Amino acid sequence: MLAETAAATSGWFLEHAYLIPVIPAVAFFVIIFFGKKLPWHGAEVGLASMVAGLVLAVGTTWQWIQRVESVSREEGGALARGMFGFARGLVPQAAEGKAEPYVDPVIRSWTWWQSGGFEFSVGQHIDGLAVMMLLLVTFISTLVQIFSLEYVRGDRRYTHFFASLTLFSAGMLTMVLAENTVQLILGWEIMGLCSFMLIGHWWEEQANSKAALKAFFTVRVGDMGLLVGVAILFGAFGTFSIQETSRIAMDPATSQTVLLWAAIALFIACIGKSGQFPLHTWLPDAMAGPTPVSSLLHSSTMVVAGVFLVARMYPVFYNGFDIAQNGNSANVIAVIGGITIVIAAALAFVQNDIKKVLAYSTVSQLGYMMMGLGVGAWTPAVFHIFTHAFFKCCLFLCAGSISHTASHHSFDMKKDMGGLLRRMPVTATAWILSTLALCGVPFFSGFFSKDEIIDNAHHNGYTAFWAIGLLGAFMTTAYMTRATYLTFFGKPRGAAAGHSDHGDDAEEHEMEHADPVPALALAHAGHGAADAHDVHASHDSHGAHDAHASHGKPAFGFPGESPMLLVFPIVVLGFLAVVSGYINAAPFGIEKFLEWVEPRASEFAPYIDHATFTWAKAAPSIVLVALGFIVSLAVCRAIYGEADSKLKGLTQRSRLARAGYDFLANKYYLDALYEKVIVHGVAYPIANVAYWINQNVLDGIVNAVGKGGRRSGEWVYRNIDQTLVDGTVNGSGSVARGTGGALRPTQSGKVNQYGALLFGAAAVAALVLVLVNT
Amino acid sequence: MLVNNFLLLGAALFSIGVYGVIARRNAVMVLMSIELILNSVNLNLIAFSSLHGNIDGNTFALFVIAIAAAEVGVGLAMVLLIYRNRRSIALDELSEMKG
Repeated sequence: MLAETAAATSGWFLEHAYLIPVIPAVAFFVIIFFGKKLPWHGAEVGLASMVAGLVLAVGTTWQWIQRVESVSREEGGALARGMFGFARGLVPQAAEGKAEPYVDPVIRSWTWWQSGGFEFSVGQHIDGLAVMMLLLVTFISTLVQIFSLEYVRGDRRYTHFFASLTLFSAGMLTMVLAENTVQLILGWEIMGLCSFMLIGHWWEEQANSKAALKAFFTVRVGDMGLLVGVAILFGAFGTFSIQETSRIAMDPATSQTVLLWAAIALFIACIGKSGQFPLHTWLPDAMAGPTPVSSLLHSSTMVVAGVFLVARMYPVFYNGFDIAQNGNSANVIAVIGGITIVIAAALAFVQNDIKKVLAYSTVSQLGYMMMGLGVGAWTPAVFHIFTHAFFKCCLFLCAGSISHTASHHSFDMKKDMGGLLRRMPVTATAWILSTLALCGVPFFSGFFSKDEIIDNAHHNGYTAFWAIGLLGAFMTTAYMTRATYLTFFGKPRGAAAGHSDHGDDAEEHEMEHADPVPALALAHAGHGAADAHDVHASHDSHGAHDAHASHGKPAFGFPGESPMLLVFPIVVLGFLAVVSGYINAAPFGIEKFLEWVEPRASEFAPYIDHATFTWAKAAPSIVLVALGFIVSLAVCRAIYGEADSKLKGLTQRSRLARAGYDFLANKYYLDALYEKVIVHGVAYPIANVAYWINQNVLDGIVNAVGKGGRRSGEWVYRNIDQTLVDGTVNGSGSVARGTGGALRPTQSGKVNQYGALLFGAAAVAALVLVLVNT
Repeated sequence: MLVNNFLLLGAALFSIGVYGVIARRNAVMVLMSIELILNSVNLNLIAFSSLHGNIDGNTFALFVIAIAAAEVGVGLAMVLLIYRNRRSIALDELSEMKG
């Protein structure tokens, strides 16, 4: 078998991909130890390491593609191999000639440490999935670090911020190319630690440090599952190697019970890390961190780690949960994913904080990914990681840009935003493009990935999840329309209107003329983008306010477009939010992602079926997206717009609506459940019972023992203590005193005397030794 | 025999060292005497090492030299501090004990 794939090309980048996480890890230490002395306070080291990682990742991607192509070319003897290793009732599709040869991953490993004769290794496992994630993580991290240069400028822990950010990326990269599960845990835990440090970056405020703790502990609940799952797999298979584990998991002779338990344990870890129901509560609170952190956390690192784990160990889940069985209409992954899609989307409707809307949106999209993996749509789910990273990162950076420049560090859409379309044209354009991608509007990237998931759910016989996917698409469009409307349209409010420092009536008056009809949004946005180019062409990054003066508008209290360092990543990501989907655009027959990333069916990977795209099948979701947009727009205009309407203040008048709102606003009372019911409910009664037992039972016993003890003690005192013991003690005391007196002169404090005693004793000992030995 | 000469020299040095430790009042002289003792031991180690033809003795001698260097470093530092505090390094004046 090795001989067969020996023709697969490799290359320096593929062989040395392990350098990608090593560079930022080294950079972390450089920043920590020397960062403060450097001219940019360590930021340049982090950024340079990310750029270096990106260059290496691009090289790796290039060589991986060549490797895949080189294997695909010699398809001759490969068909037989494609058929090999099908297990558990899969339908081999080799007959159609579509089965392509398995591309061996580039695996290298070194001994990490040895324990009890067993070697723990560390290394790299480079396959399509790892390559895709490497590229994604380094790319997003680079842009986020560029964004952070400006966003956290002047922060009191600037250096530490960049150190944590760099280590965070290093952790994710370590996990992504992990050769074995132990290394995977290492990267996983580094990320957990760094997310704690970054979410709690501004720990002086109690809420932030609480959010950091909550994120850390909630994820730790899941992490137990990871340890248990890895232990089960190691116990059963005797190996940590991911490749070997996959092979054994695909072996039909392997016990399914073991796989099932391992899969359940590992999936608990994924629930915690990827914010799936019911452990999703930490994700919105994690918004307490600086916005670049949220952006990185929610796009390519941390939260996709759980999805990545499922995708990486897919054979275990695939056979453990029997995903292949058509008509086996539910399994844990799909159910949890489905629930997450809907509940998170519903929560996004009642958030006023723009970042929280995005946070719940992320949770919901992660639900899509999980559901995709659960219904056997491996490639669409992984593709959704890819596209989602770009547009979600972009949305978060837009939110950061708005708060940085327009709303005086407020994220409240209702109070401090509105009407920002004209003021921040570039940000608004990028936001709208990303939103379109997120909603799955045709020809934007999200459409190609999300619709594939929905389509494949149907194709693989999971009809219920097809419906949930469609419902999710509807809800996504609706809440994103609401957020967009509140942020960029309507009248400026609060800080966005300049109320917090310079109220300017003329300015507000002008803003009223801003066209609030989103149907024209794109035209306006396009126009705005051109404006912004003028602005930035003629002014440096700090010239935003002056820029507006040059447009003949009043400069006071007027939030202009953000500085160049903030806008640049946003523009890049906004562009990618549109085009990144075309790497695997099923409607146009482009299936590069499928070719490059998907592991071909073999003894290491299950066969993944693909639905063929037709516009007829995509129609329901397109219609629902359009419907979601219209309904939401109508409701938004009624509630938040100028005109009076019946819907205004509905939650104040209707008790039913109020109850629904409260239910959502309180996040289904899940936090309350965890804290009040579980923590209090379990901890308090136990504490009360323990107290009662303490007071009555234990104290009673102690008191009785005490009384008895006292009586017997008195007797003992009189008869034994006074006569027998005291006599002995006094006797020994006087003996000790006598001996001490006799020996006291030896402790003279005179060094010479001590030396004499030492050598005398040595001489005596030597004499004894000689006498004994002769 | 050659070894005997070495051993005799070692014994002589050891005795001189012991005499110095016991009889000298000056702390520096005591430290020097300790060096003499250690070096007499080194002589013994090397003599036996060459007698038996294995290098274990040499190795130990090297260790002893290293440790002696450390010891004398600490010792001289202490002597220096004692001198700064008391303007004297006479060992019999150091005692604060009542015995």
